Amino acid sequence: MVEAIAMAHGWEMQHDANVVVIGQDVGANGGVFRATAGLQERFGKDRVQDTPLAEATIAGMSVGMATHGLKPVAEIQFMGFLYPALDQIVNHMSRMRNRTRGRLSCPVVIRTPHGGGIHAPEHHSESTETMLCHIPGIRVVCPSSPVRAYGLLLAAIRDPDPVMFLEPVRLYRAMRQEVNDDGQALPLDVCFILREGCDVTIVTWGAMTMETLRAVTELDKRGISAEVIDLATLSPIDIETILASVAKTGRLVIVHEAARNVGVGAEIAALVAEHGLYDLLAPVQRVAGFDTIMPLFKLEHDYIPSVQRIIDAVEHTFAG
Amino acid sequence: MAPLPQFAADTALVLRMYRAMTLVRVFDAKAVNLQRTGQLGTYPSSLGHEAAHVGVGAAMRPEDVLAPVYREFGTQLWRGVTMTEILTYWGGDERGSDFAVPRQDFAWCVPIATQTLHAAGAAMAFKVLKQPRCALAYIGDGGTSEGAFYEALNLAGARDLPVVFVIINNGWAISVPVAAQTAAQTLAQKAVAAGIPGVQVDGNDVFAVREVVGEALEAARRGAGPSLIEALTYRLSDHTTADDASRYRSGQEVKDAWALEPLIRIRDFLINAGLWDGAKEQALLDECTLKVDAAVTEYLGKAKPSSDAMFEHLFAALPARLHEQRLIARKYASKPSGH
Repeated sequence: MVEAIAMAHGWEMQHDANVVVIGQDVGANGGVFRATAGLQERFGKDRVQDTPLAEATIAGMSVGMATHGLKPVAEIQFMGFLYPALDQIVNHMSRMRNRTRGRLSCPVVIRTPHGGGIHAPEHHSESTETMLCHIPGIRVVCPSSPVRAYGLLLAAIRDPDPVMFLEPVRLYRAMRQEVNDDGQALPLDVCFILREGCDVTIVTWGAMTMETLRAVTELDKRGISAEVIDLATLSPIDIETILASVAKTGRLVIVHEAARNVGVGAEIAALVAEHGLYDLLAPVQRVAGFDTIMPLFKLEHDYIPSVQRIIDAVEHTFAG
Repeated sequence: MAPLPQFAADTALVLRMYRAMTLVRVFDAKAVNLQRTGQLGTYPSSLGHEAAHVGVGAAMRPEDVLAPVYREFGTQLWRGVTMTEILTYWGGDERGSDFAVPRQDFAWCVPIATQTLHAAGAAMAFKVLKQPRCALAYIGDGGTSEGAFYEALNLAGARDLPVVFVIINNGWAISVPVAAQTAAQTLAQKAVAAGIPGVQVDGNDVFAVREVVGEALEAARRGAGPSLIEALTYRLSDHTTADDASRYRSGQEVKDAWALEPLIRIRDFLINAGLWDGAKEQALLDECTLKVDAAVTEYLGKAKPSSDAMFEHLFAALPARLHEQRLIARKYASKPSGH
């Protein structure tokens, strides 16, 4: 997946001279995950810039650059390092268009690795998308495959508003897929149905699509046909696609790696309760990370929801 | 060149510093090897930083408080943190941060520069509680670009806090050299705007580091305020085991830096003073290897924590709401095992 991300950068920089890449170690080093590999050689040091080691700098300068003609694609090296940037994101980037009545705007993409599962050090494995989804005025996007990463990143860069682009670290190298470098963007603000089914709807995103699809294969053997929806844009949520699926299946299980408390799953469950309650044949189930600190890597696989947990949650919707 | 500080005549102390520098060098090589063989997580080597780290350790008092970054193993070992604890943390287990000694030091700080404010806050506590103690925060050259660093310097100066900030300037913040990080000619001059003293010291000279940091700590302790010290050294290793520095810096630069690495000159000092020879060196290396191997054995022998560990110490008492989740975690936990 990491090559697909580098490829999307390359395409858009080639075709839009206003796109610039900034971040820590994105230049000669090509990013610590290699997501910007080769870009500085190709496009030069003005368009691919190593910033000083300061995340508030990265987000704040993105606001200034974006309001004055550039389209910054910024990398925050790990999600755990995002927080100094939040002041700029919450108080300026997300509301620039609104507070200036459209006079100034922030076409910025902030990319950051997301989630755990790769034996990384402390603060390198969290999935805190819910904090970002709570901010009005920004989109939050999380790809689930190389093809999705390529198309959604292009869409994010072309979007006139700020997009937080969360890249599941487990997919960077684990997932390989042929990607056409054709500049075709995928739509934002819509879910993708990864697999059709008729008995239960499972909504998930990012790396948890892997465990979910494994669980679904096992459920097939047990005679349960699951429809799998990749949320893709976590905010705003494409609830219509989910409601249509639930109307068909009557059951909903939401799977996410992030902590359960006030997670994106809670919003989906609430929306379905508001608009689709009478379609439900069983209570909505959430399979999520625990409401604990993401543990260091010895226990990270005890934290990340397992295939078995997903299977059990689905079967629970058939119990009673 | 300044004359040798008085403590250089203290043979036992100088030998102790040399032994500590050698131990951390041997430990470091072993830790990198453990990572390469899949027995340790990502590890930040301290290769080349031994004089700076041990010099700081030797300058601090046990009752002072250290706010480390994540690489200063020489200081931590001097202060009583064990090699087993270091390996346990970098092996992905929180128990490594529960130091038996020193109980009040901060744990490793992976977010950049945040620890500098913790040190300033600890110093504020010492001041308010009228305790004759100091806090010492490390920071890297890259970290001095963060807002939190300037805020810590400003607070320390504005409130005259007993805190010392030590910048380990090893030339590189992962792939970004200091010259691309700042237009400032020195990092020490960042103290000027905060109204506190800033000095540079040769970070490869353990005598100089101990002397300069010792003076700064004593000044802070007697109420003369904070200071900033820039220790000039070189990162002889990759940033961490996850990094490949050959992508962005020249082999010649690294080769040149090896000629100035810190163990050489203290060893020469000891040899010239008639305190050291080849046989002693070999005996020391053997002794260090034994100590490191014992720590590795202890580390590898630790059973994986149970899933309950996620819920322990989350709060002083686990809220009732989380009991159910603890049971779910137990139900789905992978089987406890060693490595």
